[in-house]
Amino acid sequence: MKVRVKFEKYGPARFMGHLDTMRYFQKAVRRAKIPVAFSSGFTPHMIMSFAAPLGLGISSSAEYFDMELAEDVSSGGLSSEELSSEELVCRLDQEMAEGFRVVGARKVPEGRKHNAMALTAAASYRVTFEEGCGLTAEDLEGFYAQPKILVEKESKSGPKTVDIRPGIYELTAEEGESFSCIMLLAASSADHVGPKMVVKALAAHLGKDLRPYSYTVHKIQVYAAGCQDGDPRFVPLESLGEEIR
Amino acid sequence: MRGQTLDDEILLRIEKPSRYTGNEVNSVMKDPDKVDIRFAMCFPDVYEIGMSHLGMQILYHMFNSREDTWCERVFSPWTDLDQILRREKIPLFALESQDPIKIFDFLGITIQYEMCYTNILQILDLSQIPLYAKDRGAGDPLVIGGGPCVLNPEPLAPFFDLFYIGEGEVSYPALLDTYAAMKRQGRSREEFLYAAAQIPGIYVPAFYDASYGKDGLLESFAPDRPGVPEKVVRQVVADLDQAAYPKAPVVPNIKATQDRVTLEIQRGCIRGCRFCQAGMIYRPARGKNVELLKQQAREMLESTGHEEISLSSLSSSDYPQLRELLDFLLEEFKTAAVNISLPSLRIDSFSLEVMSRIQDVKKSSLTFAPEAGSQRLRDVINKGLTRETILEGAREAFLGGWNRVKLYFMLGLPTECPEDVRGIAHLAQDIAGTYYEIPKEQRQGKVQVTVSTSFFVPKPFTPFQWAPMASPEEYLERVALLREEVRGQVNHKSIRYNWHEADVAALEGFLARGDRRAAKVLARAYELGAMYDAWTEHFRQELWTQAFQDTGMDITQYTQRRRDVGELLPWDFIDAGVERSFLEREWARADQGTVTPNCRQSCQGCGAARYKGGVCVESKS
Repeated sequence: MKVRVKFEKYGPARFMGHLDTMRYFQKAVRRAKIPVAFSSGFTPHMIMSFAAPLGLGISSSAEYFDMELAEDVSSGGLSSEELSSEELVCRLDQEMAEGFRVVGARKVPEGRKHNAMALTAAASYRVTFEEGCGLTAEDLEGFYAQPKILVEKESKSGPKTVDIRPGIYELTAEEGESFSCIMLLAASSADHVGPKMVVKALAAHLGKDLRPYSYTVHKIQVYAAGCQDGDPRFVPLESLGEEIR
Repeated sequence: MRGQTLDDEILLRIEKPSRYTGNEVNSVMKDPDKVDIRFAMCFPDVYEIGMSHLGMQILYHMFNSREDTWCERVFSPWTDLDQILRREKIPLFALESQDPIKIFDFLGITIQYEMCYTNILQILDLSQIPLYAKDRGAGDPLVIGGGPCVLNPEPLAPFFDLFYIGEGEVSYPALLDTYAAMKRQGRSREEFLYAAAQIPGIYVPAFYDASYGKDGLLESFAPDRPGVPEKVVRQVVADLDQAAYPKAPVVPNIKATQDRVTLEIQRGCIRGCRFCQAGMIYRPARGKNVELLKQQAREMLESTGHEEISLSSLSSSDYPQLRELLDFLLEEFKTAAVNISLPSLRIDSFSLEVMSRIQDVKKSSLTFAPEAGSQRLRDVINKGLTRETILEGAREAFLGGWNRVKLYFMLGLPTECPEDVRGIAHLAQDIAGTYYEIPKEQRQGKVQVTVSTSFFVPKPFTPFQWAPMASPEEYLERVALLREEVRGQVNHKSIRYNWHEADVAALEGFLARGDRRAAKVLARAYELGAMYDAWTEHFRQELWTQAFQDTGMDITQYTQRRRDVGELLPWDFIDAGVERSFLEREWARADQGTVTPNCRQSCQGCGAARYKGGVCVESKS
């Protein structure tokens, strides 16, 4: 059975890189005695795969990884009756250090194309700027109204100019104490626009000199392609699959 | 939520920020207002190295099991953060509370190798604690050093308030009790240090005077006041089964050098190799109860979630219940896919069988440490490994599917002559030749023999503590000789030769056997910018050369001089368990090339029997 786990990452955990986060969860799964499946071979690996990596310093309410449970779940000291979404979340969450919270576990379809990574099509972020940044909702509108937004991107064959405008699905200002905005961005392997890339382009458009660490980024949700709640394009990753009862 | 000393901007600007955020699984949080003693435990190297050290995990959990003590950790900030802390004047902080080290009661530093000495000064400096103990006063932490290097603490003496000589499990409870009581009574720093000096194993350098003769040699070394012991006795855990052990080791946030559970199966070694300090200063060899080990293995794997367990000892093959323990681990953790790593095995049919069960033969290599190239020289160093044993082990391994062999040697051992150096190449050739004697259809492609040499560094409390080192130039000549000899071998294409730099070895030798005057050089080198000397990419010989010049000290006086057995050595005031008479006897036997049997074969009366533990009592019970 393939299970997709949703977790949050914040506070000190924001500074743990992607590989270390993977290692962290592999150890947590062992401590929680989740009956996870292993690959065969001389050095078996836990069958586990993460959705897109999260940049250092970014907090998130919606991180996902998939894990394959062993056929015989009793190997982890868990009877098949006990196995439920609630039990998995509870066991894993108990093993979390400050900065991590496990908030969901659902049974999802088998197969590579149903992997969290393969499904990911878009992600939403909140970017909050420090006070006195001088940005306004009008600045944002003007920026977003451009037909093209060209940025320099590093590629294997050197820097390349690309248009990121098609990958910015939504960009709206948010009311609050300090200026912030919500972005819905392309996040598939074929088309990926990062929040920092957008901020950089915004600063360039306005001719502003934004200090590199003068804003914080929070990931709100990750989406797969699909139709839900009137949005014909995206469904939140967590709504896929089903609760284990 | 706990705060962070470093703001986001700094954390995002440096490499691997989770080196500094703490918050690891199994790290211990306490309320600072509810403890009497705040102890900062330091490993003076980068996080990934320090977090791989077992001793620190043991003491961390032992201290934190006391209700009156909160022990936290601190490591050397990497060079990127080092610069930021200096520039922005941010005091170095502990990982758990993120509080500055300078407000702690103790800063305990474990000192595992000489080339970290400049990092100790870095830690003090960044903590904004005066470098010299004499400049510290009320309100400054007490700086205490421990670990194998403090068997000669003298080059570090001016920087430390106290040293703990021996195994921390024994006298720390008394030291902390004394401290807590005297703190409550409002007693002074000096009063505490005087009381501490009475505790077995505690050395307070400020209470001892050293004087030097016209010849520049140490003339006298003695306490400067009554009530301070003339000899400081190394502390030893008599029964390891009763000693503190971490049920729940801290799990590092980033991949540590040793990202696994370490299960210490045995402390000390029965072998008595004459160059090996660990083999002398951890005597007597003490194995742990196998049932206890099984329980500890299970507890630690469950509490950490590590996917690997490493059995730690100086010589695993000498642990009597090794087979039983391995059978248990293999069976118990089969379904959980736990890897087992077993370093320091002697190659024989048993170990080959074990290795084929715990690792992928195709991906692993065999390791032999003959240390010397000729039988004569192996007898001098008392390394009981013969050419026949090595070739037989290699042959069996080749038949078992291995085709990679690593060989470790030292250059510059006492009495070494060119024939011994060439012998290294010949032994490598014999191993490669053994491979090609096997019928072709039973071989797995080509054989690869890797020869590595390091330079011998004499260490205190070994029979070679009187031995001279060769000069760096001589060392490099021997490397050249060996290179040439390797090239001349029939199977030279199968033999690869790596060697270490010679400059670092000389410095290591200086710091290992230096006296108090060596501290001047150390302080000057640090002032000039020396740091992370154990890291090849950071080691800068020119800074040290300058430091010797500026202080007028001559390194060769410490390294290349053959010391007379009558000479007063800087570490003679320490009673390490092994007696001087035993070391002198062994030094003489080395000269004659006479082998000494191991502790199980026959007791040599080294002096460690008085600790009444391990191999010293097992034959009698």
